[in-house]
Amino acid sequence: MLKRALALGLAAATLAAAPLPAAAQDGIYVPLFTYRTGPFSGSGIFIANGMRDYLTMLNERDGGIGGVKLLVEECETGYDTKKGVECYEAVKDKKPVMVNPWSTGITLPLIPKAAVDKIPVLSMAYGLSASADGNRFPWIFNPPNTYWDGLAMIIKYIGDQEGGVEKLKGKKIGYIYLDAGFGKEPIPLFEQLAKDYGFELKMYPVAGTEMQNQSSQWLGVRRDRPDYMVMYGWGAMNPTAIKEAVKINYPMNKFISVWWPSEDDARGAGPGAKGFKTLNWHAVGANFPAIQDIQKHVVDKGKSQSPKEQLGEVLYNRGVYNSILIAEGIATAQKVTGKKMVTGEDVRRGLESLDLTAARLKELGFEGFADPLKLTCSDHNGHKAAFIQEWDGTKWAKVTQPIEPMAAKVQPIQEAAAKDYVEKNTGWPKRTEACDKSS
Amino acid sequence: MFYREAGQFKTSYAADMAVFPLREDRIGIAAILLIAALVIPLFGSGFLLNVVMIPFLIFALAAIGLNILVGYTGLLSLGTAGFMGVGAYACYKLTSAFPGVNIIVWILASGFFSSAVGALFGLPSLRIKGFYLAVATLAAQFFLSWCFIRLPWLVNYNVSGAIEVPTRTLFGVPVTGPNAEPATRYLVVLGIVVFLTWIASNLVHGRIGRMWMAVRDMDIAAELIGIRLLPTKLLAFAVSSYFCGVAGALLVFLWYGSAEADVFGIDQSFLVLFMVIIGGLGSLLGSFLGAGLIYLLPIGLRAFLPAIGIDVQPSTVEHMQFLIVGSLIIAFLIAEPHGLARLWQTAKQKLRVWPFPY
Repeated sequence: MLKRALALGLAAATLAAAPLPAAAQDGIYVPLFTYRTGPFSGSGIFIANGMRDYLTMLNERDGGIGGVKLLVEECETGYDTKKGVECYEAVKDKKPVMVNPWSTGITLPLIPKAAVDKIPVLSMAYGLSASADGNRFPWIFNPPNTYWDGLAMIIKYIGDQEGGVEKLKGKKIGYIYLDAGFGKEPIPLFEQLAKDYGFELKMYPVAGTEMQNQSSQWLGVRRDRPDYMVMYGWGAMNPTAIKEAVKINYPMNKFISVWWPSEDDARGAGPGAKGFKTLNWHAVGANFPAIQDIQKHVVDKGKSQSPKEQLGEVLYNRGVYNSILIAEGIATAQKVTGKKMVTGEDVRRGLESLDLTAARLKELGFEGFADPLKLTCSDHNGHKAAFIQEWDGTKWAKVTQPIEPMAAKVQPIQEAAAKDYVEKNTGWPKRTEACDKSS
Repeated sequence: MFYREAGQFKTSYAADMAVFPLREDRIGIAAILLIAALVIPLFGSGFLLNVVMIPFLIFALAAIGLNILVGYTGLLSLGTAGFMGVGAYACYKLTSAFPGVNIIVWILASGFFSSAVGALFGLPSLRIKGFYLAVATLAAQFFLSWCFIRLPWLVNYNVSGAIEVPTRTLFGVPVTGPNAEPATRYLVVLGIVVFLTWIASNLVHGRIGRMWMAVRDMDIAAELIGIRLLPTKLLAFAVSSYFCGVAGALLVFLWYGSAEADVFGIDQSFLVLFMVIIGGLGSLLGSFLGAGLIYLLPIGLRAFLPAIGIDVQPSTVEHMQFLIVGSLIIAFLIAEPHGLARLWQTAKQKLRVWPFPY
């Protein structure tokens, strides 16, 4: 009895005396919200590895950014809004320089908090499309393009196939989407375009809990016979949709998705998936000096959770692209402020002055990886062009030149939505953050 | 030794029937309330308030609501999250239609909408019982989830289908929205939860509570002694849904700050049901203990492993959490099927006679 009490006491004492983790370390704190578990992990693991590996590589190769180490920490969200908010609260007190929610659902509650807590939110090509308006959302960044740009590019591509958008009159376009904030985002623009160009829009929502059972939606597709199918899916929804499309013999070359399907998603559907198309704005493959460095400094040393052959896959590179923006945001912030240890406020300025030129990309070891990107105080997005890539059975192949989003169609709707958001949230703070001229 | 009622004489019936007949219990409750109302908001970090205390109290309130239905009246329900959602969306619609009215009033009023919906889905409870009723309430859950996703009117035609909580003030201090201090929000949640727990305690210890328990123990016998089943069961549904609705409104307005429809999914219903079962059916204390165990255990585990120097990936912790919470639930149910509340009763009894058990 006494022995047990002693042992317990000892255990308690060691617990109390155990050193607190990492908190005391010096560096720039970059939390990564990732999901390696749950129904969205099929997409999330690639992204998590890509983001983490690039930042780790900077730490290993260069000793961080500008000589300051990056403290990278993952927080598991499982793509669950509740856990995401919990992660945010957990990291908030450690003074992160920015957060990357990696879920539209998690981004939305963080948008009003960002300005209060002085933590910029980088929601790369997801989140609230209207937050591209930097004058109204100074703390939110969603480069390089919004879901509305994505839709505009897809419709433009479809128009090109038919010989001009005017030829879309009388056509039928199906839209299969994840019935959550993410999939609903492009609907207003879609309806607008359907009215303007005279095509018929058929919607097939897929509930988050029913992602792996889409037979009823695809039954609907078979009945309606749309001329083209557009998809906004994520996680387990993508492979299921591609499989179902193959099963009902839908012509795959007329099935176009926004930028989220991975190689695995298409591969799972077998040879029938050939011709399936997605948007993309960066290169696939590992033939870039920086990615070779990741291999050398991170993967070969066993510091990555990614298998070697997944380097260069589309979603891995997407994660790397996200980390380039993180790193460049921090580096620009260091340049703008002249400080080494930057804060969230500095990085917000850094992101607004971000200028990722072709020369800079080359310097980073990413020559030709993506188009140059320049953000300004009023434009937090860039609205960059993206290209269409096609699944050839083994890999993604670029099949078009970059397609410019229809700014004339997207800009008014973005302006209206941003205005609407500010009006609905009475007391939305006016932008007081000064704009840096140096960029 | 700690619970020795020797020397505490009851001189009236009221004192004998009190909820806390022992002086030690009363001191304990007062101490807990004092800590909750003063010490925690004064000294607690943002993390403790935001991630630990606020959700714990909100889930405890939802568990009390479900406990009234399942534990006190014996009607199994799987629609808890749906009823919580009704409260949240009702509060959102009310405060966007009448922004001038104090948000606390709307949070408390939104429960009545939930009540009405709950009573409506409670109607079949007179004819169907047990698992069949569970299936009927499951239908309510699915129907309500469908409404939250499909009716854009509920979210004021917001494109993203999410509700965003506007800033609302109480005596000039923001209580909702991004500018609200965690301590303010915590105190509001604490106030509402304590107030409603007090109401619930009075309900279940009084005539209505005894009616519910009579129906739970044997509905035919209850009918024979003059309890009308339909009004009693519907009242249980209405009161239970009221608590859940207020919990839902608190969840969105004072914790998340914005919500998508999937917050009120079926898994949330199961979570609250687990809290009630683990905590103890038919016990208000059990609702708090159950919410504490189910909600706080994963957070504790996540903090515990790094604190003892084991560096694990967050995803591994996530997997382990499922394993540990799952096995703990089974272990608890084998060791004490009547839940944590009964464990506490047993412990109290032991403490009373300690150190001389005979």
